[in-house]
Amino acid sequence: MNNLRKKVLGGLFLFSSSFAFAQNPGQISGNFQVDFQVYQPDSLIGAEEVPEGLLMNGFANVNYTRDEFSAGLRYESYLNPMLGFDTRYKGSGITYRYASYDNGFIKATIGNFYDQFGSGLLLRAYEERNLGYDNAFDGFHIAVNPGKGVRLKALIGKQRAFFDYSNGIVRGFDGEWVLNEGLKSMETSATTVIVGGSFVSKFQADQDPFYKLPENVAAGSGRLNIIRGGFDFFTEYAYKINDPSAANGFIYKPGEALLVTASYSRKGMGIILGAKRIDNMDFRSDRTATGNVLLINYLPALTKQHTYTIAAFYPYATQPNGELGVQGELFYTFKKGSFLGGKYGTKLSVNLSAAQSIERSPIHDTIAVGESGTLGYESEFLTPGETVYFRDFNFTLTKKFSKKWKGSFMYMNQSYNKAVIEGKPGFLKNQILVAEAQYKINTRHSIRMEAQGLFMEDDANPDNVDFGSWALGLVEYTVAPHYFVAVQDLYNYGNPDKTRRIHYFLASAGYVKGSSRIALNYGKQRAGIFCVGGICREVPASSGLSVSITSSF
Amino acid sequence: MKTLFTSLAILAFSATCFAQNSPVPSADIKTLDGKTVNTSSFENDGKPYVISFWATWCKPCIRELTAIAENYEDWQEETGMKLIAVSIDDARNSRKVMPFINGMGWDYEVYLDANQDFKRKMNVNGVPHTFLVDGNNKIVWSHNSYAAGDEYHLYELIEKLSNGESIDE
Repeated sequence: MNNLRKKVLGGLFLFSSSFAFAQNPGQISGNFQVDFQVYQPDSLIGAEEVPEGLLMNGFANVNYTRDEFSAGLRYESYLNPMLGFDTRYKGSGITYRYASYDNGFIKATIGNFYDQFGSGLLLRAYEERNLGYDNAFDGFHIAVNPGKGVRLKALIGKQRAFFDYSNGIVRGFDGEWVLNEGLKSMETSATTVIVGGSFVSKFQADQDPFYKLPENVAAGSGRLNIIRGGFDFFTEYAYKINDPSAANGFIYKPGEALLVTASYSRKGMGIILGAKRIDNMDFRSDRTATGNVLLINYLPALTKQHTYTIAAFYPYATQPNGELGVQGELFYTFKKGSFLGGKYGTKLSVNLSAAQSIERSPIHDTIAVGESGTLGYESEFLTPGETVYFRDFNFTLTKKFSKKWKGSFMYMNQSYNKAVIEGKPGFLKNQILVAEAQYKINTRHSIRMEAQGLFMEDDANPDNVDFGSWALGLVEYTVAPHYFVAVQDLYNYGNPDKTRRIHYFLASAGYVKGSSRIALNYGKQRAGIFCVGGICREVPASSGLSVSITSSF
Repeated sequence: MKTLFTSLAILAFSATCFAQNSPVPSADIKTLDGKTVNTSSFENDGKPYVISFWATWCKPCIRELTAIAENYEDWQEETGMKLIAVSIDDARNSRKVMPFINGMGWDYEVYLDANQDFKRKMNVNGVPHTFLVDGNNKIVWSHNSYAAGDEYHLYELIEKLSNGESIDE
């Protein structure tokens, strides 16, 4: 790694000095983000004392591009990692550096890279900086574009875990072909057909004293996409050979995943239906890893990603060891002038999603389901299991009432299997209401208000009530294009423990100039799950002042 | 470490051309019908255009794109501008993008950046992030986040560009 770093930097140095007088000096660009928080202990909400008093996360990317060449690096610093981030991030260093050449036909990258094959069921390396998630590869990546709608990719590398790389090596190949661009007979067809396939294999030495483990684990997938007019059909199937790991309890069963979506849309309406089945598909470059670490693949949750604070309290996370999921969603605009549309039109979205266990039966009378060192279990492909993991029915209406007023209303009904999703006992049933209104004072000044409530169903078992019911009020005042201030009160009025019926006040203010943004928060934050793009991390309760600065250049 | 900083310092001084006023970087992204296009081919017949990074789950993004949609026809008529909406939705939501924008009734040119290659090339920290590109395909301005009314400021800048004036902020 040190050698490579020297080579990359040496390259940068050469380029920078030799191009100083060239006609095209190239471009430098980048971005950075610094977050820090001054913590105050607060025993009432469970915010523990932070010995450092202040914790900070920061990173900066610097990229250099000149014609077909680009190179760059990222420096990350966690001194020490903020609460909710993995403590293995403690420290600073260059965590990402690459050099790349791209002439349109071939693109070669050395160093770190991100990529995704198909929908990611087999391989997806990506980053969510705000979650501390980064499974970038370090190695070699080549993409070839031979024309006629064909795209080929091959990669080899080790994956990042904090300030280190995995033991295991990942090798992958992916091909995709847009038939319409390759076949004469389809050039003028109104139907677009795209086929693709991937192969991924990982190698990790077997040092287990007890089991004989496969050192090479191979996996393959195929996908098909058919588009005609407003119709879109997509499916992908992935299969993985036996891969005993800490995440699946060291069973030797092969894994598989199937994803199917179909949508139809025309102007003013869109509808999508999706289904998936996942069976033992946790795939990592280190068989001992657990949590959000060293994942090779990405299994998307087929549920709506809620962003209203209270609606996002209990988000679903895909269960890689097995689940069945279905989802349907409708987006509709009632036209201007119609009964429901009124003067400006009304927008409606309706979503229904469900996740369920897969059926599992013992492979033999004397072997328990999931017993390590065995094939684990047998599963009927289309038979659902008995355990409800998650249900969500919700709809949102959005309407512009006048030039000054806009509003939204959301209703949501949710069932949440805490035992499965969080690994803590409990099954929660919630009804959630959100009302939002925006008043435009003039072209620059606006007020936005939110009222939210989460009403938890009563239950004799305290595990099934968790923190009980919540209410939230928010007022935000913005002055475009530079300023915002907001105050929020989140009130845990239904906590079964009466001494913990607390108000979580939070005041925020910020300044935006172009691509730079400074935001301050002061107040209390509830313990909970914070999600971006489908993966989540647990955030402990905290109190104090936090500052976030972002910029790009 | 020392070599690193020396290299960076020299690099920073020698390459004086920064991202402001730089061309749209090259990255492969997908159209809604699954075809791959390179972002360096973006253009608008010598007229200014907007590149807006958004996601189906991002409320401020949807507020911004809805606000622009209310004025889009007028803006296009007056200045010849257009808006390119780049969705950073991943596999969880990328299939929803087409029904979503149709359901919203938006007329934007929409692309999928599911692997976030273009987002990284444009150094986007978070969505919404809006870029303004002039008639010579140079990025002349960008803005992060959305507050109601930002769209008027954006349009003032588009008008300036369309009148051949320069933007100095």
